[in-house]
Amino acid sequence: MDLDLMLLSLPKLLSAALITLKLLSVSLIVGLFIGFLFAVLRLNKNPLISKFAYGYSYLFRGTPLLVQIFIIYFGLGQIEWLRSTFLWVILKEPYWCAIIAFALNTGAYTSEILRSAFQTIKPGIIEAGKSLGISNKIILYKIQIPVAIRQSLPAYGNEIILMMKGTSLASTVTLMDITGVAKHIVSTTYKPLEVFLLAGGIYLFMTFIIHNLIKYLEKKYSY
Amino acid sequence: MDLLIFGKTGWGDELFYATLMTIVVAVTAMLIGFLFSLIFTPLKLSNNKFLNFIANTYTTIIRGVPELLVIYLLFFGGSGAIMYVASIFGYNDYIEINAFITGSVAIGIISGAYSTEVFRGAIQSIDEGQFEASKVLGLRKNIYFLKVIMPQMLRLAIPNLSNVWQITLKDTSLISVTGLVEIMRQSYIAAGSTREPLFFYSFAAVLYLMLTFLSMKLINKLEVKYSRSF
Repeated sequence: MDLDLMLLSLPKLLSAALITLKLLSVSLIVGLFIGFLFAVLRLNKNPLISKFAYGYSYLFRGTPLLVQIFIIYFGLGQIEWLRSTFLWVILKEPYWCAIIAFALNTGAYTSEILRSAFQTIKPGIIEAGKSLGISNKIILYKIQIPVAIRQSLPAYGNEIILMMKGTSLASTVTLMDITGVAKHIVSTTYKPLEVFLLAGGIYLFMTFIIHNLIKYLEKKYSY
Repeated sequence: MDLLIFGKTGWGDELFYATLMTIVVAVTAMLIGFLFSLIFTPLKLSNNKFLNFIANTYTTIIRGVPELLVIYLLFFGGSGAIMYVASIFGYNDYIEINAFITGSVAIGIISGAYSTEVFRGAIQSIDEGQFEASKVLGLRKNIYFLKVIMPQMLRLAIPNLSNVWQITLKDTSLISVTGLVEIMRQSYIAAGSTREPLFFYSFAAVLYLMLTFLSMKLINKLEVKYSRSF
C-alpha cells in the first residue's frame, strides 16, 4: 500500500466528486420531470398513449446504460442535419450527452416507480375526499401526490443510488468524474489497488449519505 | 443492411458470436454469483454478529460502489494481487488473467451481492411455523432444508432473481472496457472501422432488448411452474 500516493490523489478525487455530484443532481432533476410526465402518460386511458409510455420505459430499462450513452454521444453526431441545428451545441459536449443519457435512463425507472405508487393509492382515500366535497385539484395535490411521494420514497432512494453508480459511465466518454480521474491516476502511477480502493471509498461514503437522507425523509413523511 | 451480412464483408457473424459471448459471460457471472450467495446468505442469517458483519460488509460495499470501478479494480489490480500471492509461494513470473475470467468474476461478485439479498429476503419471509413444524416432526436438517424450505424459498425468490438476471445481463456490457469481445466491444470495433456508430450501437441496443425479452419469457415459464400452490 502506497499511502503517500493515496494522500496525494485524495484532493484530486474529491474535486472529481463534485463533477459526479453535478452529473447526478442535474440528471435526477431532469429525470424526475421525465418520469412524472411518462407516469401520467402511462396512466392515460388512451391505449395508444399508455403503450407509447410503456415502450419508452421498456426501451430504456431493457438496454444497458452504456449503449444509451454511446448512441447519444457517438451515434447522434453522425446525423448530418443535426450538426447544422442549434442542438449540436449541446450534443457535441460529452457532458450534456452524458446528462441526456442519464436523465432519459433514470426517467424510465422513475416513471415505473411513480406509476406503481399512483396505482397503489387506495381508491377509498380518493372517494373519501370526493364525498367530503373536495375538488379534484385539491385531491390531487393534497392527497394523491403526498401519498404517492411517501409510497415511492424507498424505491426512489434505490434509484438515486443506482444512478450515482451509473454516473461512473461518464468516464467512458472522456468526462473526468471520480472514476475518470481514478483511471487517469492509475494510468500514470500503475498503482490500481490504492487509487481504485480510495475512489470506491468516496462512492461508498456518498451512498451512505444518500441512504441516510432518504431514511430521514421517509421518517418525516410517514403517517 | 449490407453491414450485417455474414462473412468477410459484413459484421453479422461477428455480432452473432459476440452475442453468444454476452450470453456465456452473463450465465457464468450469474452462476458465480450463486456461489457467492451460497456462502453469504447463511452468514447473513446466522445468529453470530461477526458473521453477519462480514456478509453485510460484502453486500453493502458491492451495492454502494459503481460496477465499472469493481471491474477496473479486478482487471488492473487482479493480476497484481495474484502475482503477489504467487510470489509468496516462490513463483515470480508474470501472470496475466484473461479478460473473460476477470469479467465474469467481477460481474459475478456484483450479481452475488444482489442474489444474496434476494435469498435472504426469501428465506426470512417463509413463515416461522414451517421451521418449527419441521423441527417438531424431527426431520433431519438437510431433508428439511431441501424438502421444506428450498421449494418455498425458490418460489419467493424467482421473481426477484429475474431482476438480478436482467441487471447481470446489462452489466456484461461494462466488460467491454477490458477488451473482451462481447456485443458492446464488437459494436465499438464495427462502428470504428465502418464509421457507422449510430447503426451499430442501435443494433447493439436491439440485441440487448432481444436478450432481455427472451429471458423474461423463459423466466415467466419457470415462475408459473414454481408458483403452483402446495
